[in-house]
Amino acid sequence: MTPPGLAASRWAVWVLPQIAMVWLVAFLVTPEVQSVRRAADLLPILNLAVLIGGAVWAVRFFLKSDLCRHMMESQDVTPRILAQSVFLAAAVLPVVLCVLEKYYWIHVLAISLIYVLLAISLNIVVGLSGLLVLGFSAFYGIGAYVAAILTTGAGSSPHLIWALLPAAAGLAAGFGLLLGAPTLRLRGDYLAIVTMGFGEIVRIILTNWEGLTRGPISISGVAPFHLAGWSFNRPFSAGPIRLDGDTQYYFLLLLTVAFFVLITHRLSHSRIGRAWVAFREDELAARCYGIDVTRYKLLAFAVAASGAGIAGVYFASLQGFVDPTSFTFLESVLILSMVVLGGMGSLPGCAAAAVILQVLPEKLQMLREYRMLIFGALMIVFMCIRPEGLIPSRRRLRRIREVPVP
Amino acid sequence: MPAEAFFQHLLNGLTLGGMYALIAIGYTLVYGIIELINFAHGEIFTFGAFLGLLILSTLASTPIGSTAPALVPAFLVSMLVTAGLGVTVERVAYRPLSRASRLALLISALGASVFLMNAMMLTFGRDSKPFPVYLAAPIYERGDLVVRQIDVFLMVLTLALCILLDQFVRKTRLGRAMRSVAQDREAAQMCGVSVSATIAVTFALGSALAAAAGILNGLYYGVVRFDMGFLAGMKAFTAAVLGGIGNIRGAMLGGIVLGVSESLIPALLSAPPFSVPEIFDYKDAVAFLILIAVLIIRPSGLLGEELPEKA
Repeated sequence: MTPPGLAASRWAVWVLPQIAMVWLVAFLVTPEVQSVRRAADLLPILNLAVLIGGAVWAVRFFLKSDLCRHMMESQDVTPRILAQSVFLAAAVLPVVLCVLEKYYWIHVLAISLIYVLLAISLNIVVGLSGLLVLGFSAFYGIGAYVAAILTTGAGSSPHLIWALLPAAAGLAAGFGLLLGAPTLRLRGDYLAIVTMGFGEIVRIILTNWEGLTRGPISISGVAPFHLAGWSFNRPFSAGPIRLDGDTQYYFLLLLTVAFFVLITHRLSHSRIGRAWVAFREDELAARCYGIDVTRYKLLAFAVAASGAGIAGVYFASLQGFVDPTSFTFLESVLILSMVVLGGMGSLPGCAAAAVILQVLPEKLQMLREYRMLIFGALMIVFMCIRPEGLIPSRRRLRRIREVPVP
Repeated sequence: MPAEAFFQHLLNGLTLGGMYALIAIGYTLVYGIIELINFAHGEIFTFGAFLGLLILSTLASTPIGSTAPALVPAFLVSMLVTAGLGVTVERVAYRPLSRASRLALLISALGASVFLMNAMMLTFGRDSKPFPVYLAAPIYERGDLVVRQIDVFLMVLTLALCILLDQFVRKTRLGRAMRSVAQDREAAQMCGVSVSATIAVTFALGSALAAAAGILNGLYYGVVRFDMGFLAGMKAFTAAVLGGIGNIRGAMLGGIVLGVSESLIPALLSAPPFSVPEIFDYKDAVAFLILIAVLIIRPSGLLGEELPEKA
C-alpha cells in the first residue's frame, strides 16, 4: 500500500505545471505597465505585484511543504514524468491564448522558446563543462544567416529550410571546433576572451561583408517553414479557434526544445556528461582518471554551437529578416545571464530563466531601459549569494550543500 | 606608400599603442595578482574619460578653462576618483568571491562590466559626447605627416606614467608587497603582507592608469561614448596577452606592438601593391586575429614565462 503522501505526489506532478500554466496566462493577460505618471498607472503595478508576489510566496510555501518532500522522495516522480507534464502545459498554453486572442503573447512565447533552446545549449558548455563562452551569439548569428542567405537565393525549394536545420547545426559546430581546437588546450579563462573576440569578428563580418550579408540593410524575405504545400506562417482556423503563424512556430519550437531537452538530459547522465562534470570540478583529477579532457571539451563546444545554429534558423524564419544588430555581445550576455540565473547545469532552471527573462521585460516596459543594468547587478548578486541559481541542479546542489565543514 | 604617410600611420600607431599600454597595465596587474580577467576594466576606462569631460566642462567657465593647464586638475581628479571606483568594484564584485570558483568570479566580473556600461549609458546618454579640444596645434608639418602637440603630450605622459608605475612596483614597499602577493598569496600573508590592502592598491593603480588613458582617448579622438570601453578593453587585453599576461613591461610592449600593427597593417594592405581598401572595415578584427594567433603560437606572450594553471 502506498502512503497517502506519495499517492498525492503522483497527482501533484501532473497538476502543478498546469497551475503554473494558468498563472502564466493570468500574468500575460494583465495590462502592461507602460509608465508611472498618473495614479491610475499604479493599478497594473499592483496587479503585477500581487501576481508575482503570490507566485513567489506559493513556491516558497510549496518548497517547505510535505508534498514537496514526498515528491523528491517518490520513485514515481521521475524527471521524465515531470518533463511530460511540463510539456503538456506548454502545449495547452498557446491554445488558451488563441482563444483569448492574445496573439502578441504567442509571438513573445515563441521567441522565448528560441531563447530556451539557446540557454539549454549554452548550459552544456557553461553549466556542465564549466567553460565560459562569451561569444555565443556568433553561432546563433551563423545559423540565422545560413537560413537567410540560402533561402533568399534564386530558385531555392520551399522545403530547403528543413535541410538547413542540420546544415546550420553542422556549420555552427564546425566553427565551434575551429575556434575551440586551438584555444581549449589553454587556461580556462582565455577561452572566455577568445570567444568574445570571435563573437566580435563574426559581427564585424556580418556588418561589413555586404556582398554576402547585405550588411546593416538586413536580409528580408527569409522563407517560412513549409511542408507539402502548407506554409507555417499562414493562419489556420479550426472551428472557433484561429491558430496564427506564430502558434505553429511555437509548436514546432516546442518539439525542437523537447528533442534538445531529451538529448541534453541523456548526454548529461551518460559517460560523456559525467566526464564534463568531472573536469568542471577538477580538471587535474579528471585527467588522472584518464578522461581525454580536450576531446570532451570540444564535444561540449560543438553540441552547444549546433544548438545555437538551429535556434538561429528558427529565429530567421520566424522574424522573416535578419540583421547584424541581433547578434551583438549583449545578446551573448543575455543568454549567459539566463544560464547563470536559472542555475548552472540545471535544465529546468535554464529553461525557466529564459522564459522569465524574455516575458518579464515585455510586461515592465518602463524598466526596459534598465534591463541590462539589472541583469548585470543580478549576475554579481547571484554569484555572491546564491551561486546555484533559481532552480539548482540536483547534482550541483549536492556538491554545494554537502561540503564538509573543515 | 609615400614616406610621410608611412610615418603618419606609424605615429598614429604609437599614440594608439600608448593608450592600449596604459589600459593593458590594469589588466595585467589584476591578472597577475588574483588571476582574473577584469572585464569591468574597459568600463573603468570609459568612466575616467567621462569624468575628465565633466571636470573640463565645469572648468570651462573659469579663466584657465580652455587652456592646457586645465588638463592638470582633470587628470588628477579623474584618476583619483576612478581609482576609487576600481577599488569599489573589487570590494563589491570580487572580494566576496575570493574563495569561489574561477567561473563564478569571471561571471561576476562580466556582471560588473555590464552593470557599469549600462549605468553610464543611462547617466550620460546613448550618443557620442564631444570632448573639448586642447593642444590641437600642429608643431611639425611635412606633406601628409602632421605632428600635433597632443601626439607629443600623449606619448610623453604615457611614457612618464609607465616609468613611474614600473619604478613603483620595483622599488617601493607596496610594490614589493604586490609582487609577493602575486607570487604566493599565502606565503605573503605569513610574512605580514595585508593581502586585501595590496589587492585594493593594485586595483587603484590599474584604474588610475585607465582613467588617464580615457582622458587621452577623449582628447585624441574628440568624442567619448558609453560603450567605447568594450572594444578598447578587449584590445588592451589582447595587448596584455601579447606581452605576456602578468608582466608589466610586457603589457607596455604589447600595447605598442598592437597599436602600431593595427594602424600600419590596414594602411599597408590598402595601398599598392595590395590595394584592398575594404580592409579598413575590418580594422577592429585585426586585434582579435592577433589575439587568437598569439594564443595558438605563443600563449605565454612576448615577455611572459609559462604559467601553470592553478586549481
